[in-house]
Amino acid sequence: MPLQTPPLRGIHDERGAKFTEFGGWDMPVEFDSIQTEHMAVREDAGIFDVSHMGQIHVTGPDATALMQRLTTNDVSRVAVGGSQYAAITDEDGLVIDDTVIYRLPDEDGHNTYLFVPNAGTDEATHERWVDHRNEWDLEATVDNRTDEYAMFAVQGPNAPELVDAACREDVLDLGRFEAMEATVDGVECWTARTGYTGEDGFELIVPADEAERIWSAIDCQPCGLGARDTLRIEAGFVLAGQEFDRESNPRNPFEVGIDFAVDLDTEFVGRDALARVEADGLEEQLVGFQLIDRGVPRHGYDITNTEGRVVGTVSSGTMSPSLEQPIGLGYVPVEYAEPGTTLQVVVRGRSKKARVETTPFVDTV
Amino acid sequence: MTFDIPEDRQYMESHEWALETEDGVRVGISDFAQDELGDVVFVELPDEGDSIAQDDEFGVIESIKAVSDLYAPVSGEIVGVNEDLFDSPELVNDEPFEDGWMIEIDPEDESQLEDLLSPEEYEEQIA
Repeated sequence: MPLQTPPLRGIHDERGAKFTEFGGWDMPVEFDSIQTEHMAVREDAGIFDVSHMGQIHVTGPDATALMQRLTTNDVSRVAVGGSQYAAITDEDGLVIDDTVIYRLPDEDGHNTYLFVPNAGTDEATHERWVDHRNEWDLEATVDNRTDEYAMFAVQGPNAPELVDAACREDVLDLGRFEAMEATVDGVECWTARTGYTGEDGFELIVPADEAERIWSAIDCQPCGLGARDTLRIEAGFVLAGQEFDRESNPRNPFEVGIDFAVDLDTEFVGRDALARVEADGLEEQLVGFQLIDRGVPRHGYDITNTEGRVVGTVSSGTMSPSLEQPIGLGYVPVEYAEPGTTLQVVVRGRSKKARVETTPFVDTV
Repeated sequence: MTFDIPEDRQYMESHEWALETEDGVRVGISDFAQDELGDVVFVELPDEGDSIAQDDEFGVIESIKAVSDLYAPVSGEIVGVNEDLFDSPELVNDEPFEDGWMIEIDPEDESQLEDLLSPEEYEEQIA
């Protein structure tokens, strides 16, 4: 299958970006260097093209009911201009995807949402929404608008000022997870104070055919998916396909450590299974760790206890550009999850000493 | 994008270079290779005195985004290891042909160098 391309593929290529396949998309992984891009976001500002993220639009009399029953959090609490992080779980309470749900201004008097599933999952997610709407006989329109939008993230301590300067409206009054329509160079953008780096900043969902105008209106370090990954690992944020995968690494939201996105007082697919998990307790959970010995932890490496018995698996790892230390995330039995616990990570057959750390690894907003 | 390809040494298809010096055959990776890898954060090298066979892995280089094996251009004994790379792996990015070198091999058979690519052949390979 040919790769999908973001609207600005050509612009990024001219700028000298290297590309990688991610979730079926051909995305810029690096513009200058991951180190440079990473530090720009931690110390100044950077802009990411995240047009591989999906956009699904839901409206109608039963829009809230449909969203409520397919996501783990309490959507009914989200006001217009608000947003919410949630998981999408199956009947067994296993995470299929995670998403941010934005509540748009009402359309025709009905609650209206735009939610952002991960790269390459938009078609299956759209189908899931349509199938359940039909099954439950709900009145809602579900549109997959992934192709209509580009999406940019502008992140870093100086990002809010940059975005505010580019917008006709004042966007600095928006709190974390708040959003509004704002105009950049005459183009209406859904402008949200959200992100995936641990820094302050905004994400902008923009019409695909106006993407270049928006991209050029915000002048800061362009950043690829490489820096996006190192930044999110330092912030302790999970990534679909790494920390959970319905097929190869099935996990419930409690193991993943996103309890805050689960509201068991709402009715949703997987709710009963998760209520049982909560009552029974967890066997494994995601922890952060730092490697004490030299080496770099990578996805799939074994984690052992100090006797050398395999007890877990690394889900993500990198050399942290901010800390200049090797860090990672991984699943271990709960008895090894206490910060300070000594473990080992097996790097090419050799055991490297590691210590469980609290996440985030760096100060975040 | 153009890459440095010094004329004074030979190259492997796997992007290592080999330079004859008075201490033996010095080995590193090319400018093209360091650019492909991106920020180098870790280098694992053999110990002095170890033996290595031509085309066998002698070490591992890791950038933030990738892990890559390193291959020996000739067989022989390891007589030098660039320990500066343990604390400053970024030397591989900054000076791949100079201070970013990795090992020196006392070659068993210098004619093995003839198996390698000339600068012109290597240039064609990465074009």
